[in-house]
Amino acid sequence: MTQTTLPPTKKTEPVSSPRGGISDRSRAERKLGWMLAGPAFAVMLLVTAYPIVQAVYYSLFNYRLTDPENREFIGLGNYGVILSDPLWWQAVWVTVLITIVTVVVELILGFGLALVMSKALASLRPILRAAILIPYAVITVVSAFSWQFAFNITTGFVNSWLSWLPGIGSDTDWFGDRWTSLLVICLAEIWKTTPFISLLLLAGLAQVPDVLQEAAQVDGATWWQRMWKVTIPNMKAAIMVALLFRTLDAFRIFDSIFVMTAGANGTESVSFLAYRQTISRVEIGLGSAVSVLLFLAVVFIAFGFIKGFKIDLAQARGEK
Amino acid sequence: MSRREKTWWWIAGVVILLYCLFPIAWIISLSFKGPADIANQQFLPTELTGENYSTILTGNASDLFLPALRNSFGICLIATFISCILSMFAAYAIARLDFPGKKLILSAALGVAIFPVISIVTPLFNLWRQIGLYDTWLGLIIPYLSLTLPISIWTMSAFFREIPWEMEQAAQVDGATTWQAFRKVIVPLAAPGVFTTAIIAFFIAWNDFAYGISLTSTSAARPVPAALGLFSGASQFVDPTGNIAAAAVIVTIPVVVLVLIFQRRIVAGLTNGAVKG
Repeated sequence: MTQTTLPPTKKTEPVSSPRGGISDRSRAERKLGWMLAGPAFAVMLLVTAYPIVQAVYYSLFNYRLTDPENREFIGLGNYGVILSDPLWWQAVWVTVLITIVTVVVELILGFGLALVMSKALASLRPILRAAILIPYAVITVVSAFSWQFAFNITTGFVNSWLSWLPGIGSDTDWFGDRWTSLLVICLAEIWKTTPFISLLLLAGLAQVPDVLQEAAQVDGATWWQRMWKVTIPNMKAAIMVALLFRTLDAFRIFDSIFVMTAGANGTESVSFLAYRQTISRVEIGLGSAVSVLLFLAVVFIAFGFIKGFKIDLAQARGEK
Repeated sequence: MSRREKTWWWIAGVVILLYCLFPIAWIISLSFKGPADIANQQFLPTELTGENYSTILTGNASDLFLPALRNSFGICLIATFISCILSMFAAYAIARLDFPGKKLILSAALGVAIFPVISIVTPLFNLWRQIGLYDTWLGLIIPYLSLTLPISIWTMSAFFREIPWEMEQAAQVDGATTWQAFRKVIVPLAAPGVFTTAIIAFFIAWNDFAYGISLTSTSAARPVPAALGLFSGASQFVDPTGNIAAAAVIVTIPVVVLVLIFQRRIVAGLTNGAVKG
């Protein structure tokens, strides 16, 4: 079956472009464009590019805030310390694990949600849409607290609700063990961010032409075949965008871990490690080096996605 | 649709509702539990009490919670306002003008959007201490722009592209002045997009935690999520669980209200920005 995608939505062309053949005019337009967009661009660069350059610089020093006199240049020494420290590799491993587990589950769950939303009875749809926005809009810290209190050994109801399961009783300490802590962290993340994925997928589902679905049905394709041969190939762009954004987001996990375990029992993520070095231990040099490594990891993932899966964001936006 | 099929869709719908609302219901229930009920290991309190709310709103913990609430509202509203103004101009240029660098601006916005917040916390922490922005409103408003600007630019330019700009000229042909054409034709068409973008930007600023805990140290600028994360209770002898739950419910109210009123627009904004940009 050929993969036929919807013809991209026709965008309103910039009104002035047909008349923009004259060079004076286009020069003026160019100038106006930069005058209007320049401030936003400059602010974005100032608040991100400048600090990251600063971080690269600090990362080359042995620099502790409480001991500024002894600041000394040590080249790549900090990176050597970090990369040879098992603590760093444990944080990387935890972060990668959380990212993979949450993104895979969210994608499947989000797809299911999107399917129900797209088929739901008209009377139910506005209610579902409002409900689905709530986990998205709730503050991450609030969601983390809610899940933490639910599983907490003293305040939680989960132990008494699940006491019929073998191995779970009123003294089950979910946050006393590494794997169960990670499980609850993942649950909280999944709950909070699945709605966002499902909304993106829902928008993708809406782009699958009905004609193709009907044609496949007439040809006798089963529901499963239609799903894999028609629906999914046609919404590949939406899936990829959702995947990219969520993976990068999951990799930066910080809030939930801070609230739920504060990094105890080997649940520290890379972001949390960077935070702890800088803010709690005021090791500016070491913390900066962790920050730079985190930044490089995110850039690496983004490029990997865009090159590896050939995500064309322009195409996903329907520009081509 | 057959009756049976209909029933299944209803069941699926109810499951989704439960899924979305359950953790919220739990934290609300928890916030109404008294000290005796907090550890009862049940979902519901045996007795409803408003104690937790009075502690954080008027009681011992109010000097921790109320300033944080004020900081959150103030900082988030100002940051949202600034980023909406800046991205309005940028989005107008991207949607309407033909200039090289358009792509550069959109890519830069994307780059900033995927930027790990923690990476810039370290240098900002150090810089802010040197120039006196540490623990001030401005010291949070500036980094919040890095959170809100990219998504505002993307969302707003997606909305602006769909505006039939020719109508401005049409109005002028019909005898309207430039100002009238702008005021009466373009503003009403552009307003929903700007408004939706503002809501989404506000959500993002309101959600911030990393900047909030790293760049503040007192109630002078500490926003609610950070105050919640570091909340240790009215006194060290009282379990703060109930108070945290009550505070969590209060900060959830504004976002739930916004969601209920503007759900259709928020969905359009979120999907436009990401999928259609």
